[in-house]
Amino acid sequence: MRDRLKIMPLLASLAALGIIATTIIGLPSTAPGLSAQMNANAETIGIKNVVTAVLLDFRGYDTLLEISVLMLATVAVLSLRVPPSESRRRLTGESGLLLGSLTRLLAPFMIVIAGFLVWVGSSGPGGAFQAGAVLGAGGILLALAGYDRPAWVRQSLIRVALTIGLLAFIAIALLPILNGGTLLEYPDSARKTLLLLLEGLLTLSIGASLASLFLASASRGQDGGGR
Amino acid sequence: MSTYLIYSLGGAVIFAIGLYALLARRHLVHKVIGANLMGSGTFLVLIGLGNRAPGGTPDPVPQAMVLTGIVVTVALTALGLAITKRYFSATGLDDLDTDPREGDHP
Repeated sequence: MRDRLKIMPLLASLAALGIIATTIIGLPSTAPGLSAQMNANAETIGIKNVVTAVLLDFRGYDTLLEISVLMLATVAVLSLRVPPSESRRRLTGESGLLLGSLTRLLAPFMIVIAGFLVWVGSSGPGGAFQAGAVLGAGGILLALAGYDRPAWVRQSLIRVALTIGLLAFIAIALLPILNGGTLLEYPDSARKTLLLLLEGLLTLSIGASLASLFLASASRGQDGGGR
Repeated sequence: MSTYLIYSLGGAVIFAIGLYALLARRHLVHKVIGANLMGSGTFLVLIGLGNRAPGGTPDPVPQAMVLTGIVVTVALTALGLAITKRYFSATGLDDLDTDPREGDHP
């Protein structure tokens, strides 16, 4: 089935391209940006990786809203999923010996790598989102290889993992208000500990969210595939 | 032509391709992919424009914004696909142009 070129959408996207391109070309070719301020302040807060400092400290609002968006999307996807009675089939038919044993071997390493990424995020490339992505990918890989979650991981535990990052972030953001500060104003003495704790909890939540987003909609429906 | 222009203009082209897919394609999965492409184009524009600092060190703020944006795009894509899948399982249709109350669909 070949779609014919549609004139109106084509004109609309060409117009958008034209507007964006002329804006980009019209910008000055050098702009100092905020690098200088960021580098100067990153030293004082004790986080050497500037991107991590921007994410969690200088622009903490962005990250707070981002984790809220991720959680809202997860809640929406989980409530949209086809009831288990209809879609209760295994994700994969034959997972095979190699995939199964390789995943078994890799899963512990992925957890260690996620922990390492959180730790290294304060001084080098890394951080909660990269670590969460590794955790989420590990969960997806395990599910694809046909491993069910162990019995002690109940549905309620997964929900705790999903929400704990956002709740901890809100708590840490609100805490300074009680002491007469402003929202998201971290106390200097405990800043690094707080941020590391926050990163760890965020990693857990992001990993759980990403895995749930995939697994909730990946179960095979009644119709098998498209048409 | 400087490097930042190549990346930014490339991002603009990707954005336009995504917008065309979102507007012109009927299949809902194609529309979701189009929206995703628009996001990727925006990221490329942001990263490109952040690389205009003198001295060669890129501005960290656009990078952090893109990192935030990637996660939001993942959420958007997953939600779009979940809604598409639910719509398909409820009506048997994969586009919004056909009225599910007409025709011979279950």
